[in-house]
This record gives sequence, C-alpha cells and structure tokens, in this order.
Amino acid sequence: MKPQALWQPGVALLVLVVAAIFPLVITTGLWTQIGVETMIFVGAAAAWNIFSGFSGYISLGHAVFYGTGAYTVAILAQHWHLSGDAVFWLMPLGAVTAAVVAIPFGLVALQARRHTFVVVTIAIFFIFQLMASNFSFTGGSSGIIAPVLNWDAATFNNPFYYIALIISAVTIGLAWLIRGSRFGLQLRAIRDDEDRARGLGVKTFRVKLSALMISAFITGLLGGLFYYFIGQAVPQFIFDPLFDLSVALMAFFGGLGTVAGPVLGALIIEPAQQYLTVQITNDYLSLILLGALFLAVILLVPRGVIPTLSEMISQRRSRQAGRPMAAVVPPGAPAVPQPAAGRGKEAGR
Amino acid sequence: MSAALLRTEHVAKAFGGVQALTDASLEVTEGSITGLIGPNGSGKTTLFNVMTGYERLDAGNVYSRDQKITNASPQKVFGLGIGRTFQLSRIFPRLTVMENMLVAGQHRSGVRNPLARAGGPADRRHAMELLEFTGIAGHASALAETLSYGQRKLLELAYVLVTDPALVLLDEPAGGVNPSLINHIAARIRDLNRAGKTFLIVEHNMDFVMGLCDRVTVLDYGTVIASGPPELIRDDPRVLDAYLGTDEEDEDVRS
Repeated sequence: MKPQALWQPGVALLVLVVAAIFPLVITTGLWTQIGVETMIFVGAAAAWNIFSGFSGYISLGHAVFYGTGAYTVAILAQHWHLSGDAVFWLMPLGAVTAAVVAIPFGLVALQARRHTFVVVTIAIFFIFQLMASNFSFTGGSSGIIAPVLNWDAATFNNPFYYIALIISAVTIGLAWLIRGSRFGLQLRAIRDDEDRARGLGVKTFRVKLSALMISAFITGLLGGLFYYFIGQAVPQFIFDPLFDLSVALMAFFGGLGTVAGPVLGALIIEPAQQYLTVQITNDYLSLILLGALFLAVILLVPRGVIPTLSEMISQRRSRQAGRPMAAVVPPGAPAVPQPAAGRGKEAGR
Repeated sequence: MSAALLRTEHVAKAFGGVQALTDASLEVTEGSITGLIGPNGSGKTTLFNVMTGYERLDAGNVYSRDQKITNASPQKVFGLGIGRTFQLSRIFPRLTVMENMLVAGQHRSGVRNPLARAGGPADRRHAMELLEFTGIAGHASALAETLSYGQRKLLELAYVLVTDPALVLLDEPAGGVNPSLINHIAARIRDLNRAGKTFLIVEHNMDFVMGLCDRVTVLDYGTVIASGPPELIRDDPRVLDAYLGTDEEDEDVRS
C-alpha cells in the first residue's frame, strides 16, 4: 500500500472539519455568502465529475439540471402556497425532476460523442433557457419570486451553508465509492475506449445514462437550494451558461476524473471569482480572468493540478530512490520475464 | 460432425466503392487453432470486425454453433463466448493493468450492489493468475499506458480470457512484437489450446502461423482462395500467386 492510503482520509477529514466550523468563525455577511456559493459549487463540480469526469463525456449543459431543480421547487412552492422552511422539503422533488429530464437529455445527447456531444449539450441548454423565459408557468423573463424567509439576518446564510455542505460531502463520498466500483470502472473504460468496452460486454449506453441521471439528481438538488438562496428564479441566473463553464473549469483545474480535483477547483475558483466580483464591482473583469484561467489550465496543466502534482511527487521519489521510473519501459526490451516451465497451465480454466 | 464454433457463409462487405469482402466463407472447428492469412488489404481485419459485430455486413451470414449471429452487437457476440483482440491492441490506457482485467469480468458476478468495490477477492485472484500466465503480473498496479507494445498485446490477451470465452480471435498477436516475445505468445496460445480453447488468428508472420495452426484459410481480395492444413497451404499455387503475384496493393486501410 502506498503512503497516500493514510494521509488521504486525513486530509479529507481536516477539510471537512474546517468547512464545518467556517461559518462559526467567520461571520461577515460577505464571506458567509461566498461560503454558501462555494459549497454549492463544490457539490455541483463533484456531481458533474461523476458523469463527465469519469466517462469523458464533457457536458456543458448541466445548467439544465440545475435550472430544472430550481424551477421545480419554485413552481411547486408557488402552486402549493408553501412558505418558510417547508420549501426546503421540495428539494428532493427538484432533484427527481432533474434526473427524469436527464433521460431525454441523455437519449438525444449520448447518441453523439466527443466534440459533437459537447455541442449538443450546449444546444439543449439554450433550448431550456429559452423555454424558461417564454413559458407562462415559469413566469417568463420576470421569473418566480421565492417566499421570504424571516430568519435572523446575522445567521441567515448558515442553514443554506450546512445543507450545501451535507449535499457536497455525500456527493464526494458517492463519487469516491463510484470511482472504485465496477460501475465506475466501466465508466472509465468508456472514457478510454468505448467500443472496446462494448466488445467486453459493457452495456455502455445504460452505464452512461445512469451516471448522467445520478449527476443530474445532485445538480437538481443544488439548483433548488440555490433558488431559495438567491430568492428568485429568473432565466438568466438559473439557466446560466456561466454555471456550465465554471463547473467544467473547476473540474479541469483540479483534475478531471479524480475525486479530489473538482473539489479543490471549486474551493479555489468560486471564492476567488465571487471575491473579485464584489471587490472590483466590475463583473466583466472577473469573467475575463475566469476565461484567462481556463486557457491557462488547458495550456499549462491540461490534466489538472492534482494529477500533475502527484506525478511530480512520484517522479521526485523515484529519482531519490535512484531508480528509473516504472513508466519508462525501453521500447523493444524483452520486458516480459520468461515464464517458468509448467507455470500457468491451469490459468485457462 | 458437430457444428463449427464459428462459421461465416459467403460474407460480403463494401466500404463505399471498395469491396473489402466479396465471398468469405470460413469455419473454425472446436478445439482448433485456425489461421487466417492473406496479403495486405485482403479483408482479414474486416472479416474479424464483421464476425464480432464491429461492422455490419452487406450479405451472407455468421453462425456460432447453430445460432445465427449475423450483425449481432459486440456485447452479444462477447456474451456468446467469443472474445477478440485488435491489431493495434486496444487496452484502457488510463486504467491500471489490474483494472483492465476487471472491466470484462462482469457476467461472472451476477446481480449485486452496484457500488461495491470492483473485483472481489476471487475476481482479483483469477485476474492475477491470468496476468501471471501471460507474464505481466509484475505490472498489475501500473497504468496500462506505461506498458510496452508487446506487453499491451499480452494484456489484451489476458483480459479477453477473463470471462473464459470458448473462442478467441487474435488480430496479429505477433505484429510488431520482438522475437523472444513472439515465442512467448505462441507458447501461451498453445497452452490455452491444450486446455481446450479454440483460436482464430490473423497473422502476417508466416512462421508463426505455420508453426501454430492446425488449419489455415487464405483470403485474397475479399475472397477465400484456399483452406487446409498448413503444409498444403504453403505449397498451394493459388496462395503463392496471391502473395508473390503481380500488382499487389500494399496497404491495409482498416486497421
């Protein structure tokens, strides 16, 4: 076993503890608000990664699920005249609706692969944004105002923060479980060579669609929370293309397909972006910085920070140990040990 | 006589204007090592793809024992116990060697918790045995992309064997592999055949084919021109013609 086996859960626990006491220590309204939005993005990036990171199908349409979750909560709260804490109980319905929407979404988009898939997801996203601004049951372009919460202003953000924290923690745990499971293995096999996976009996379409639905469920859950947090559902904030770009950037930044990567990406990028937006009071500048960061990540650390770092560490270790890296196998070398006579005869059983 | 493990009847397949296969009939009897040879571009790989569901055929039929599997999906063909490797070995580069072994293991395990860790102790032990058998067990925890070309061929052979298919189709198992490894691969195939496994092998290396196969089928311009034991095929004038004959296209488009 590698030494990572011990320090990884340690780091995870430390981050969780710090995250749990954060709003108790830092109580400024600005920072607790950034805390809520960051925690929502931690969950959203981890959820996005369960589908896109593991399968290699880069979705730029997850705002569809985010928005579906948000609008489901908004419409039902309005329809059933719910108010106050009761609205939170609608979040699972928003999540289920998002997962159901993932079925036609997947049936259409998953016919395509690679770049075409990305373009199809963007197209579906804009269809949903247009529907939200044009249908009457979504309130059109003026949207739906959320019921007012008469909570104490000083700790107003905390319940949102902790709900988002719980969803995020569970999502990260789920991502970790999936990554090590047969299901996750099949997803990653699809990422590497989908046709080959089919030839080994993997039911690729079913695997991809299941991952998309899981991912959509969590994204929808967070969308419902976000709606209540910002107090209204309007098309441009709920079906926001920036949401898609941010989530993808966070995952790419930290390390696509790793469990910790998207979390790290969200923890760094979202607070930075929010802080800059507030400090500079110029929304465009922070967006330009976000775009520049995207380019820098793709050009400089295309595999993400965490895989690149861990590779550097293992390279240094093997250099210190004075042996060549395991990765370097001289081409043409008889790398296969000659098998002892008689061994393995039974292996064909 | 029992039905052949795999049989094609007058298979035809065209890509646009190129007739890759015109009349390919082939039979692989149970327990044999059958060789499929032919000049470059004669349709060997296309025939493999058609038989394993990777390409749709235009005419003809494919049977496994007595079951018709014409244009069945790759999953279905694999489920019937027909595994294959690819000419340019297709492994999963960003999975470890052990994880590569576990991708195929699924229909041994039946229904169970989908979130359980991939590969129970029994699956891993079985996978390790196969890796030892092929001689790459020392790399089990390395990423597959770090393997050499020959090792990838061995890994592909190993993970196809995980589900214990009755028939294994090997597309150029010796292509681009250094000579000591070629002998190793041939010895493994012979061991497996002795244990009851049937093979169909596409190969350019004549010594490899002639030394290993019980029966050899020759394709030329998408048509089977000869079929029989290696000694006869070696001296068959039609085969010599095909190989040494006049203007031969020197490319294999679909690899």
